[in-house]
Amino acid sequence: MDPDTDIGGALHRFPITNHSAIIAARSDDQLVRRRAFDTILSSYWKPAYKYIRLKWQAGNEDAKDLTQGFFTNAFEKNYFAGYDARKASFQTFLRTCLDGFVANERKAGRRLKRGGDLDHYQLDFTTAENELAAHAAASTLSAEDYFHREWVRWMFTLAVEAFRRHCDDAGRGIHFQLFERYDLNDDDKQVSYASLAKEFGLEPATVNNYLAAARRDFRQIVLEKLREITATDEEFRTEARSLLGVDVK
Amino acid sequence: MRWLSDDKLNRLRAVVNDPDFSSTKYTIVKELARGGMGTVYLAEDRELDRRVAVKVLNTPDVNDDLKNRMAREAQIIARLEHPGIVPVHDAGTLPDGRVFYAMKLVVGSRLDEYAAGASLRDRLRKFQAVCDAVAFAHAHGVIHRDLKPQNIMIGSFGEVLVLDWGVAKIVQPQIDADFRRSICENLRQSAAEQTMEGTVIGTRHYMSPEQARGEIDQLDERSDIYALGAVLYFLLTDQAKAGKAAKAVCSKAMADAKENRYSSASELSADIGRLLDAEPVSAYRENVFEKASRWVSKNRFLVLLVLAYLLMRIFFIFTTRP
Repeated sequence: MDPDTDIGGALHRFPITNHSAIIAARSDDQLVRRRAFDTILSSYWKPAYKYIRLKWQAGNEDAKDLTQGFFTNAFEKNYFAGYDARKASFQTFLRTCLDGFVANERKAGRRLKRGGDLDHYQLDFTTAENELAAHAAASTLSAEDYFHREWVRWMFTLAVEAFRRHCDDAGRGIHFQLFERYDLNDDDKQVSYASLAKEFGLEPATVNNYLAAARRDFRQIVLEKLREITATDEEFRTEARSLLGVDVK
Repeated sequence: MRWLSDDKLNRLRAVVNDPDFSSTKYTIVKELARGGMGTVYLAEDRELDRRVAVKVLNTPDVNDDLKNRMAREAQIIARLEHPGIVPVHDAGTLPDGRVFYAMKLVVGSRLDEYAAGASLRDRLRKFQAVCDAVAFAHAHGVIHRDLKPQNIMIGSFGEVLVLDWGVAKIVQPQIDADFRRSICENLRQSAAEQTMEGTVIGTRHYMSPEQARGEIDQLDERSDIYALGAVLYFLLTDQAKAGKAAKAVCSKAMADAKENRYSSASELSADIGRLLDAEPVSAYRENVFEKASRWVSKNRFLVLLVLAYLLMRIFFIFTTRP
């Protein structure tokens, strides 16, 4: 199992749902609350870790402890139930909670015990650390902007992975392969529909159709993922505008 | 999981917003322009093997009002068959729900770009063509409501095309009953939504006072006349040769009270024609000296001929004197 995504299973069974995890986090039902928490954790742990590393200038081990500690506390003390969508976006709320948590821990000079209730989550800090080492953060970004940018990056990363699984499950692996070759191409040189058609033994029109369908599904997955971690329609629209740069209904 | 660079992120953000043309005969080549409502793409029409411009709503998830407005724009332009109005070839809805329409691809420059290198005479000729296209639309009961140099294209063969009828309004029910019925009945609802009192539509520098005040009910052809006057003002701004008559035409078109403006775009076009022919314009009463000056300017060849004749006569008188 991929440790990077084995964080409670929310991503593994990417839920195509209109239910908001933020709302579910207020539930009295422990199981519902745990599932909602899994979704929030999977969406935010990596931006949170990088944010603590860079903006709080925490060392590798410290940042791991603080990230684990923050989410453990958030679940145990039910932080997210206190979120009010009228006051700020959930992203801002979570970052403010995180700042408060790290500041308190620093002030108390505590050394957090690793893991706690989150021991069963295999958060892939190694990859996060490697990414930090390989891609230096832009120092010009404010703390808020940096957190947001990393969150956007992580959301799209999760969406790409979910899309890959969606295609595999639906027996449409070729859709993902085309999407990967054309839209996630690492080369500077853009491949053409004609060259893809030749490579995959398809008609150019079929490549066009498959890619269009792939993008449609990918967009849907991004929006569904976003809907999961927003509390209200208004917040969903605002975050969609921020994530995709467009207005959605 | 793969790392997504900033470039790749931007690419993915664009990808999820790209319109899905897979079920149409068009292949998108590149983006040409992006506005608040829609984006215009350069596209290939695979069936007819030609290039067209395709305007598409920016996003599939917009409200019905925007969809109706786009559909309405396509219908209005399609019905206005005039050399000065860009023809619509096709319209429809994409699988992702976006409304689109395909139109002639105009290769050329916008009026503001064209004006930079054009003489006063050329500018006035193009402006007259704009007036004629607008007069045609008015005759069919349509007012543009967003006339400005950026919405006027000059084609590579000098043709003038008025673009962007996205906020146009239907005003005259009696002109062409079929035309009105086909548009108005389908779109009454969206038109009502778009033209609520107090809504300001248009571009400020080119907007009539009544339009700027959001008096939607007060808008008529003379609101477009004001905008045409503002376009003329733009064309005359750096022209030292623009005489009092030209400025008077501009002032009359841009009068604050719409009763004092030209009553039709044709009337304004006629005055521009008179300016080009050095004839007196309706907007300006000349004094005797100005009349004489204009007459001399218009009949320069005749005046030179008479002067030459007189000089020869004087020369002849002096040289043949005993």
